[in-house]
Parts: sequence; C-alpha cells; structure tokens
Amino acid sequence: MRLNTGFKIGAIILVFYTLIAGFLIEVPALDILNESIRNLFFHVTSWFAMIFLFIASFVYSIRHLSSGLEKHDLLAKVFAQVGIVFGIGGMLTGMLWAQFTWGRFWVPDPKLNGAAIAMLAYLAYIVLRNSLRDKMQRGRVSAVYNIFAFVMMVLFVFILPRMTDSLHPGNGGNPGFGGYDLDNTMKMVFYPSVIGWILLGLWISEVKIRLEQLTESES
Amino acid sequence: MLASPYISAILAKEFKSDFRNPYVLAGAGLFLLSSLFVCYITVKRISAPALWVALYWIIVLFASFNTVAKSFQQEQRGRLLYWYTLVSPSHFIIAKMLYHGILMLLLSVVAVMIYSLLFEMPVDDVLIFWASVILGSTGIAFTLSLLSSIAAKAGNNLTLLAILGLPVLLPLMIVNTTLMKNAIDGLDWSVQWKYITVLGGLNIVSFALSMVLFPYLWRE
Repeated sequence: MRLNTGFKIGAIILVFYTLIAGFLIEVPALDILNESIRNLFFHVTSWFAMIFLFIASFVYSIRHLSSGLEKHDLLAKVFAQVGIVFGIGGMLTGMLWAQFTWGRFWVPDPKLNGAAIAMLAYLAYIVLRNSLRDKMQRGRVSAVYNIFAFVMMVLFVFILPRMTDSLHPGNGGNPGFGGYDLDNTMKMVFYPSVIGWILLGLWISEVKIRLEQLTESES
Repeated sequence: MLASPYISAILAKEFKSDFRNPYVLAGAGLFLLSSLFVCYITVKRISAPALWVALYWIIVLFASFNTVAKSFQQEQRGRLLYWYTLVSPSHFIIAKMLYHGILMLLLSVVAVMIYSLLFEMPVDDVLIFWASVILGSTGIAFTLSLLSSIAAKAGNNLTLLAILGLPVLLPLMIVNTTLMKNAIDGLDWSVQWKYITVLGGLNIVSFALSMVLFPYLWRE
C-alpha cells in the first residue's frame, strides 16, 4: 500500500485546519455545554476514524480468509492497531468532556460500555495474534476472531442503545450532532475534520505497514 | 443438516468419553460448587435482585470457561486429524456446540438450584426466569465453542479463552441480566419480549457465525 503525496498534503492541511479552526471559530453558546461543544471536532471525529479503521480491518480479515495472502493479514492487523489508538483518543476526549458536562469521568451508559467492550475485544485480538507462532495459522485464526468479534460488536452497538435510555448526545431526546447545536459554521469544521482524521489514520497505517514489510524482509 | 447421523455420532462419543472418565466433568461441577460456597461465605445475604442476578451469572460464566475449554483440550492433534478425515467441519462444530449447550444447561440449572438454596430470592415471573437461565447458558456455550477452538490453537490457554470470550459475551450478559432481573421483579411481558427476542437472536447469530467460520480454523 502506497499513498500518493497529494493525499498526505491533504491530511496535513485538514488536520491543522481542524486544530486551528476547531479552537478558534465562533460556536453557539449553549447552556452547560459552553465551549466543550468543540469536542465535537475531536471526540466524535476520532470515533468516526476508529470505526472506519475497524471496518477496514474487518474487510481485510474476510479477504485474508478467502485469499490466504499474508499481505491482507498484515493490513487487518495494522488497521486494528491504529484503530485502537484512535479509540483511546476518542475515549480520553470523551471522558474529559463527560467530567465537565455530566460531572463524572465515566458513567454507566450503553454507549460508553459499548466503546469499552470494543476496546477490550480488539486488545484481545492483539494478544491472540502474539500468542500464535506459526504465521499461516496466526493469520487464519486471528481473522476468524476478528470477524466474530466485529459482528457481535455491531449487533451490540445497534441493539443496545435502542433498548435502554442513554445520556449520550444523540440518544433518548438528547441533542446529537446534526441537531440544533450544530450550526453551519460548525459543519464547516466538522466534515473536513472527519476526513482529516481518517486520512491521518490511513497515513499512519501506511507507514506502519511499510515498516513491518521492511523488518520482514530484513530477517 | 441438523439431523445428520454424524452429529449424533459425535455427540454420543462426547458423552461416552465423559461417562468413562467422569472426573473431568466432576471437576467442573466441583469448581462451580466451591465458587458458589465461597460467595455464600463472603456475601452471606443478598437483598437486591440486581446483585443476586449479577453474582449468579458471574459464577456461571467463570465455571463455563472451565467446562467448555476441557472439550477441546482433550482433542489431541492426532485425533483432530482423524476427525478431519471422517466428518465435515460444520458437522463437527454443530456437534460440539450442542454438546456444550447441553453441558451448560445442566450446569446452570444445578447452579440456579443451589444458588437459590443459599441465597433466597422470591421470583415473580418463573417462566421468564427459566427462559433466561436456558437462553443465557446456551448462548454462552455456542459463543465459547468457537472461541475455545481458537484458544486451543494457541496452546490451550485458559486465560486466552477468558480474554477472548469476555468482551464477546458482554452484550449477551447485559441483555440477559436485565431480563432475569425484570423476571424477578415481575415486569410485564410487553417489556420482556424484546429482551427475549434479542437473546434468542444472539444465540442464533453466534450459532450461525460459528458454523460459517469454523471451517477456516479446521483447515491446517
């Protein structure tokens, strides 16, 4: 996998635009939320990037099972690893936001639980990979786990918030992004920042994949 | 496919080998009994239904890792190769899932009887309560069957089975504990039916996924 230069420049511009504009633009002054609404550009978007990367990892796991190519296994692994990094970022920014709007770093909420469970499952995936020695076997076995866990997570994320009430914005009458709290200036930053973080995630993955391939050919 | 003679043959073999060497199963049962008693000694009395349900499922969950892991532990490499020449992978995993399902049903029914003997808890809706016990234990069994065959590839590590299984089982656990708690409180069926359908759905999905994915583990 090789990304071209325009892609990388795009990633740099969009991420810096997010960082600068995200802190400087006018945001609607809402009760309780106040300036913490800016977290939309960092928290929500890093979850989007994480979901994108986990879907990519899932897709490459399926492709590995059908093709048996080592490259697909490598891609699945790296996308999962980078996805975990974005997931941790999203979790930390979310916890910070929760402390100042809900008053607690962590609350028992279905969305928060889902995020934590997904993190546990992907960390387990990494542990599983490292406990298998044979390369062919590692690829196949970890791909099976990745697919199994991903499907269960998707079911969970779709079913559970519909069954119980959630405090999280976008649930149970709470305004989400896209509700009245997202005005047009915020959209001007929100959409570019989604693309920016996804591009950055792909770029990190690309560097990591090339690094792994080099160490592979060295040994 | 479910009515294949291969499946009943594998099932019969599993139960026969349990009958010949009952100490393995007895060990799993004793593990359950000991952990129940440890809880009884340390907790003594439970008045809140939520806590009662949570403790019950934690005990059953940890006992289930032992019970399910043992079946793939007993399959040595040579015997797996022998199976490979005899049956198709889907037959094999279906038989294993049914076997684990029956074992887990037995285990959780015994557990619920002893547990309610030690910790008294009046149940309002008995029918849904038992539905929760049954669907919960079969769900655990179906999910852990595939995962224990994965863990077996990595050298039969019980820790690995637990870390692979826990996050995948948590959705099931959350739905099931809510269902059981509502049954104890005697909530109306109109509230409960969606939990039951979701629980049944999770059972079916994990059964079907294991059938689809196991052939890839089987090939070596």
